[in-house]
Amino acid sequence: MGNPNVGKSAFFSRLTGVRVIISNYPGTTVEFTKGYLKLGEEMAEVIDVPGTYTLEPTSKAEEVATEMLKDGDLVIDVVDATNLERNLFLTMQLLERDIPVIVALNVWDDTKHRGIHIDVKKLEQLLGVPVVPTVAVTGEGMKELVTRIHEAASPPVSHRTRDERWAAVGRIIEQVQTVTHRHHTWLEHLGDASVKPFPGIPIAVLVLLTSFMIIRFIGESLIGYISEPLFNNLWAPLMMRLSEFLGSGGFLHDILIGKLISGEIDFIQSFGILTTGLFIPFGAVLPYVLAFYLVLGFLEDLGYLPRVAVLLDTLMHRLGMHGYAIIPTLLGLGCNVPGILATRILESKRERFIVATLISIAVPCAALQAMVIGLVGGEGWHYVAIVYGTLFVVWIILGLILNLTVKGFSPELLIEIPPYRLPSARILAVKLWMRILGFLKEAIPIVMLGIFVITILYALNVFDYIANFAAPVVSGLLGLPREATAALAIGFLRKDMAVGMLGALSLSANQLVVGSVVLAMFFPCIASFVVLARELKLKGMLVATGIMIAASLVVGSLLNLIL
Amino acid sequence: MTFNRQTTVAYMETGERGRVIEIAGGYGLTRRLEAMGIRPGKKITKVSSMLMRGPVTIQVDGAQLAIGFGMARRILVELESK
Repeated sequence: MGNPNVGKSAFFSRLTGVRVIISNYPGTTVEFTKGYLKLGEEMAEVIDVPGTYTLEPTSKAEEVATEMLKDGDLVIDVVDATNLERNLFLTMQLLERDIPVIVALNVWDDTKHRGIHIDVKKLEQLLGVPVVPTVAVTGEGMKELVTRIHEAASPPVSHRTRDERWAAVGRIIEQVQTVTHRHHTWLEHLGDASVKPFPGIPIAVLVLLTSFMIIRFIGESLIGYISEPLFNNLWAPLMMRLSEFLGSGGFLHDILIGKLISGEIDFIQSFGILTTGLFIPFGAVLPYVLAFYLVLGFLEDLGYLPRVAVLLDTLMHRLGMHGYAIIPTLLGLGCNVPGILATRILESKRERFIVATLISIAVPCAALQAMVIGLVGGEGWHYVAIVYGTLFVVWIILGLILNLTVKGFSPELLIEIPPYRLPSARILAVKLWMRILGFLKEAIPIVMLGIFVITILYALNVFDYIANFAAPVVSGLLGLPREATAALAIGFLRKDMAVGMLGALSLSANQLVVGSVVLAMFFPCIASFVVLARELKLKGMLVATGIMIAASLVVGSLLNLIL
Repeated sequence: MTFNRQTTVAYMETGERGRVIEIAGGYGLTRRLEAMGIRPGKKITKVSSMLMRGPVTIQVDGAQLAIGFGMARRILVELESK
């Protein structure tokens, strides 16, 4: 346990070998993760918990941490050595509990250049529990900590009031810590500059534009030079052989290869499990997912995101959130699931509802975006801009409306801003790998299952039936051909696949825009639906879904009228 | 000892230093601010403030904190004499 952003997850990862997402901002971890550590002959279960400043929680993530404490047999209290005084308050609270504690003085490497000197022996003596200096990111001191775990103690400390606790912390600090003055480093100067309106706001605009350009450049290059050539030159001939082997038709052929488009395989239109089913996740979406998470990971580890939160706080308050809600929102641009989960770092229920609803309606995930860029981008970049512009306007307007209508209050911003740190290549790589693996594990089975189901439903003419039923809405209001109904229905499984289906319908550019926007807003995909239900409870989820359907139909009809 | 000007964190100038005198708020606010290191007696430096009553950023010990304007107005400080 420990304060937010002291390196608990890095620590956990070092102890157990279990990979967890590590970033440089408070609130990266919102759930607990279990792992195992070999202690002599025994295997000990180690649990990584979200950070908390005190044992009286103020957010859902902090609740998770304090709940876990009840089940533990021993606490490794991870303390940020560069912020000893504040961190020791939680240590004091832990010592008052009847549970053995060992203290890890983490971020030890930073104390030297910050001019902080801590007398570890003395601290150990005053606390009555072992204290080990560590650097979790590099692994320094971890061995010593593990060998001393059995020394963890629960000194006889009676329950104290807050003031008594702070007084005790003050006495300890006086005896163990000396701070010498030193000058700002360039990273600190940059850190201060980026939370000032000037040059902070121009810097933010620059970062945003650069990020977009890098993501597009990496995504397009990977598609143009790697994934498309691989699919077209290697995979397509192989699949043509299989197609011939299966007799160029029949049920099995339809499922595996799909339809041949003028005698050839078309990776968007054929819609077989081995053709489109592989091309969408690997060929079209993966390059952008990779590019997005690479850039996001860099910004996370640098410590930039909380600064964006400060810059945007005033605007976000108008939309019923405070600035820190930008972190779940940005995560949602990768995948809505972690985005909605990350709303746990927010303090009030109202705010969590607003942010989660806005994410599932107006924040397109990377998979959807990749398909929209691929498909709509082919018609001209201004069409892509219309899709993004519309979603952004929806985000703002819906936020304004929710802010006025949802009961309760949204608290003010109160966050810690981490120092800038140069990202470690190893942590970046591990994080990228975990996120990509997560994407593939989720996307591939669902895309394949989806294609299987679609082929069967087509064969049984079920879509025809649904299309007749939905035609007034789909054709009348949205101006889409009735066949688009199938795509909208499949959007429930996966949005990238659904956009792919729109691509097979030879729609006009305007219809593609309407279809993409409606798909992005309409009903969440099944994975986000499940998380939404869990985080907002049934009632909140139903309300959110209602808003989604209504908003998507209104916006879709408006777009259809305007374009 | 000269009389030092008193103000709140919200109205400090960027770069000014001061000492926290009092947190004029309820139990909840006092407790949360305390947990993040803002208590009477602590020395703080104002790092920045946003336009239109946006959040203010201060430095306390080794940490930087961003605080909503409303909260910042409740933290009374005595400015360090120049």
